[in-house]
Amino acid sequence: MLRQIEGSRAVAETVALCRPEVVCAYPISPQTHIIEAIGVMVASGALAPCEFINVESEFAAMSVSIGASAAGARAYTATASQGLLFMIEAVYNAAGLGLPIVMTLANRAIGAPINIWNDHSDAMAVRDAGWIQLFAETNQEAADLHVLAFRLAEELSLPVMVCMDGFILTHAVERVDLPDQAQVDAYLPPYEPRQVLEPDDPVSIGAMVGPEAFEEVRYLAHLRQLDALERIPALATAFEEAFGRPSGGLVSPYRIEDADIVIVALGSVLGTIKDAVDARRDAGDRVGVLGITAFRPFPNDAVREALSRARSVVVVEKAFSIGFGGVLSTDVAMASHDTGCTLRTIVCGLGGRAITSRSLEQAFAAAALDELDSLTFLDLDHEIVERERTRMTTTRRSGPSAENILRDLGTVASRID
Amino acid sequence: MFQVRIHGRGGQGVVAAAEILSMAAFAEGRHAQAFPSFGSERMGAPVVSFCRIDDRPIRTHEPVMEPDALVIQDVTLIHQVELFAGLSADAYVLINTSRSFDELGLGEFARRFHRDRLLTCPATELALEHLGRPLPNAVLLGGFAALTGQITLDAIGTAVRERFPGAVGDRNMAAAAAAFRFVTLEEEEMVHASTD
Repeated sequence: MLRQIEGSRAVAETVALCRPEVVCAYPISPQTHIIEAIGVMVASGALAPCEFINVESEFAAMSVSIGASAAGARAYTATASQGLLFMIEAVYNAAGLGLPIVMTLANRAIGAPINIWNDHSDAMAVRDAGWIQLFAETNQEAADLHVLAFRLAEELSLPVMVCMDGFILTHAVERVDLPDQAQVDAYLPPYEPRQVLEPDDPVSIGAMVGPEAFEEVRYLAHLRQLDALERIPALATAFEEAFGRPSGGLVSPYRIEDADIVIVALGSVLGTIKDAVDARRDAGDRVGVLGITAFRPFPNDAVREALSRARSVVVVEKAFSIGFGGVLSTDVAMASHDTGCTLRTIVCGLGGRAITSRSLEQAFAAAALDELDSLTFLDLDHEIVERERTRMTTTRRSGPSAENILRDLGTVASRID
Repeated sequence: MFQVRIHGRGGQGVVAAAEILSMAAFAEGRHAQAFPSFGSERMGAPVVSFCRIDDRPIRTHEPVMEPDALVIQDVTLIHQVELFAGLSADAYVLINTSRSFDELGLGEFARRFHRDRLLTCPATELALEHLGRPLPNAVLLGGFAALTGQITLDAIGTAVRERFPGAVGDRNMAAAAAAFRFVTLEEEEMVHASTD
């Protein structure tokens, strides 16, 4: 049913249709609206026999999710930013144990300095934890990916993280076509655990494994992620057949057939990028876009194929590895290492900095002229940076940089972007 | 695409106003996107929300930098916040106040725009009269409908009642309809004044 609805609400209602049995989460912006909405639904009895378990921290939220999942329950949680970092040991455990928990990550920057706004630092921090990570471009896709995520997770017995941009998607009110219960029930069969803690048939889960078997266990996890590369497109096709609209998949190409330049990105910025790309097309540049929906497992072959005809690739990232450069760029470089394209990175949107189509258009125009630097920080205020650098060179006790910069900027509450 | 930026203060329903406008556009079968400025909102702090309306799906997720219309719920912001940033000479501006642009010290500024697209509307007074509370957000949407013609008062009514079911919705709608009439009369007076 078509609704004009907040992204968080659309996700909450979709998760509810997936018949979760245990929901356990600790509130943190910008995830809060999702969990509040599910909490209300559980309290009303609408999701019976689902239990909402209140906990004292994110570490407990993921630990309880692990326990619930190991006991055979369909388990769901959601977090963001520092919340994800606080649960990180359990995040690794969920993957290592092969428990099909589904978690929404409402992407948010990581402090310090404390910042509640969107970027992808949190998702990148757990890139290697063994979770499947799917990125939503729109609120429609954010909602749909949760249905797909439960089925994928349970088929493979692997946890799945659905990443949606905090505030930009979670707090945006847009048109979303929400499925009905019968459609979701037809697509998502009841959870049949591969392993379960049961008093009548006791097993151990999570035993100590020494050097004699650890590498094999890890390699098996890798193989299951590779299986996901097969299952994700198949489940996306099944989704389209069942729900009548495409959602999910490994990658999502746009105008790449004849493109000299392909822009690669994750998440909601793809929409703004597509507008900028259309403008550059009108100006005569042959530009296309490759959205990465499945970031883990990384679809090497699909990315390589999509970029095989491009002369130049520009990766637009909302995170970076400090002291090195792009994170997604590294993966894209590995996938396209033998295609002969030039690869450049644009880092943007950190801590909620607005990514404007105007700035993107300028950067793409520069890329078409081979004038884009290999690593560009979009809309960086170089003057502010220089001022702080000078302060640090001339004064030993120059003080905390973040606060110095805020003082230099003056009041920011008055600004629109 | 028609882009709206709404300025106000925490507690005035700035975010709800953009949501309601988007729901009204949806009720008319159009595509719409509403979102807040994502600050850590506090009562009384400056808050911005945005709404885009289009006949095609809206892909961009950037803030509205060049609004086609500006709704200012709190007149005390005019000298504190860059309210008018990115505004073109064709833009609509609706300010919640019982004073005129000249009285606000914006007379010179207002002359840069189409005269019939800049209006003030005493939304707080209308809200007090109809709701008994100084909440100007839904009221101003009635004025917005009359000023811009981008949305019907009926659609605003549908959205307001969906967002605020029951008596609260009815009272908000009565206030919005009063603002619609106020703005329509102002516009008519302007037409008469220009033909005289």
